[in-house]
Amino acid sequence: MSILINNDTRLIVQGITGRDGGFHASKMKVYGTNVVGGTSPGKAGELVDGIPVFNTVKDAVIETGANTSVIFVPAAFAKDAMMEAADAGINLIVCITEGIPTLDVIEAYHYINQRGSSLIGPNCPGLISPGKSLVGIMPSMIFKQGGTGVISRSGTLTYEVVYNLTAGGLGQSTAIGVGGDPVVGLYYNELLEMFENDPETDSIVLIGEIGGDAEERAAEYIRKHVTKPLTAFIAGQEAPPDKQMGHAGAIISSGTGTAAEKIAAFEAAGVPVAKEPAQIPELLKNRRY
Amino acid sequence: MKIHEYQAKEIFATYGIPVDRSIVCRSVEDAVKAYNHMDSQKVIVKAQVHTGGRGKAGGVKLATDEIELRRHAASILGMDIKGFKVDRILIGEAVNISKEYYVSYVIDRNSKSTILMLSKEGGMDIEEVARSTPDKIYKFVIDPSAGIPDFLARESAFKLFDDINLVRQAALISQKLYKLFLETDASLAEINPLVVTDEGKIMAIDAKITFDDNALYRHPRIAALNEPTEEEKKEQNAKSKGFSYVNLGGEIGCMVNGAGLAMATMDMIKLYGGNPANFLDIGGSSNPTKVIEAMKLLLSDKNVKVVLINIFGGITRCDDVANGLLEAFKQMKNNVPIVIRLTGTNEKEGRALLQGSLFHVAENMGEATRKAVELTNYNQD
Repeated sequence: MSILINNDTRLIVQGITGRDGGFHASKMKVYGTNVVGGTSPGKAGELVDGIPVFNTVKDAVIETGANTSVIFVPAAFAKDAMMEAADAGINLIVCITEGIPTLDVIEAYHYINQRGSSLIGPNCPGLISPGKSLVGIMPSMIFKQGGTGVISRSGTLTYEVVYNLTAGGLGQSTAIGVGGDPVVGLYYNELLEMFENDPETDSIVLIGEIGGDAEERAAEYIRKHVTKPLTAFIAGQEAPPDKQMGHAGAIISSGTGTAAEKIAAFEAAGVPVAKEPAQIPELLKNRRY
Repeated sequence: MKIHEYQAKEIFATYGIPVDRSIVCRSVEDAVKAYNHMDSQKVIVKAQVHTGGRGKAGGVKLATDEIELRRHAASILGMDIKGFKVDRILIGEAVNISKEYYVSYVIDRNSKSTILMLSKEGGMDIEEVARSTPDKIYKFVIDPSAGIPDFLARESAFKLFDDINLVRQAALISQKLYKLFLETDASLAEINPLVVTDEGKIMAIDAKITFDDNALYRHPRIAALNEPTEEEKKEQNAKSKGFSYVNLGGEIGCMVNGAGLAMATMDMIKLYGGNPANFLDIGGSSNPTKVIEAMKLLLSDKNVKVVLINIFGGITRCDDVANGLLEAFKQMKNNVPIVIRLTGTNEKEGRALLQGSLFHVAENMGEATRKAVELTNYNQD
């Protein structure tokens, strides 16, 4: 099983003729993702590493039956790209682009939602179901097929955690970077529900950070609905207030969104919180039955 | 990005939101001139700084004659409010306030929408109101495709007022404020307080707007209002080089690829008994030029005694990262001990390249952090 992407994923790359789009299209293809096309207005008929390029997402969907899209276009054009994908009937839209104005994301998110599609990101590394499909920019070689689902607001911190999981003998069913912006698409609670219902997932790691109260809401959701063993890790305990820590969404504002509040919420919900990433495999194994 | 009250009021005025009459001044003499232009004997003198809590700090005073005005202007100009030095004051005609309210638009992460917030508890610290009496704040989630239709503007205004004349005025203000919010890419547009005067007029007597940094590229006139502090200048300078940097005041400088891992690294330093000097995310790649720039930035902080470089080699392989680091340090003089932790793709090859160099090489975050803390203590003895 795994969630969101698998062997049936038929992917198009929006912005495939750009540097990042082309580079990662090839990487995903090498990994075994079924990359069926790409888009770049005015460049239909070209090939990027053997992948056909289309002028519009609609053309790409008609010609290839694509159901998933990954977006690499620059921030100023990303809203339009997300809306184009939803309008063409793409089910899952993964936006890698960083630095998109928040009001653009809000507009695109609601547009996508109204058409019944889902958004991951923006400002995210994408997702991977090891052994099946990679959609995004994650370094595939550190992942191993297995039963742990991973949800994270970060990129390299996810790799650090996955690296420890793999070294500790815990493979992954699906690992998702939801994005570091204040407003992004699918988040903890929707993904926790998917992992809870996925027969292949036997345990879950949730990687949070300062800013907002999504971790507190996730802790509440876990207490009520999640039966699978789960471990959390929260980054930013040493972050000063009112300073953005790299990610646009990682900021303690008006005294709320601190790591301490989030850790307390998980502990109150009976979820063990790792002190450092290397502890996570051990904490998960202790919780497995 | 933040702007001053007087700048926000100028933007309010261009959107037709009624504001009190006021003039910004940079000296006591300017303030006296401004006072003589006012129709009212009573004026408010307000410090213009990028922080809240001005009133509590003594930065807001009422003056009823010229002598009092001079005294207040002189005491507020030059004042330090939470580390911000006051170099401008706003002289505003005192308004006969009948009652104070609160209105704002903010981005709400959970509904992934802009929300309109209103309260009858105006003039107070709204976060305190939200904490202690959340039921006194009314929230309306805005559908971006509909905006604020008349009915919604009216419905929200009825939460504050019964009198239809006041409802009409307030509804119009909330529609104009939403237009401003959208068109300027704000992340916060706040009127606190919005007042009803004894004459039955509604107006904004304070104004606060924060703008989305990611959208400034399409608002050059707003971007021109940027007034960074010394600390923010350093952060913005780092950003222009592709880094995210925040000073934390400790002794262990860190250089990390990725924001989440950079936060985890500073937390680990604390966990192992040290003090992080900074948060520094150098982004995805780690080519020699970038490493040199990052080292310069780290070492410009004289508190830094040890540098901890924590790189997860993903798409960029560890052997390439190691070569980049060796190249970078060939080009620069440095006598601060450096601990490097390299993990990920081709990590063994990467670490082998660094063996025998001047670096302390560690395999995992725990080992690297412990080493960095040890070296800091050793350097202090």
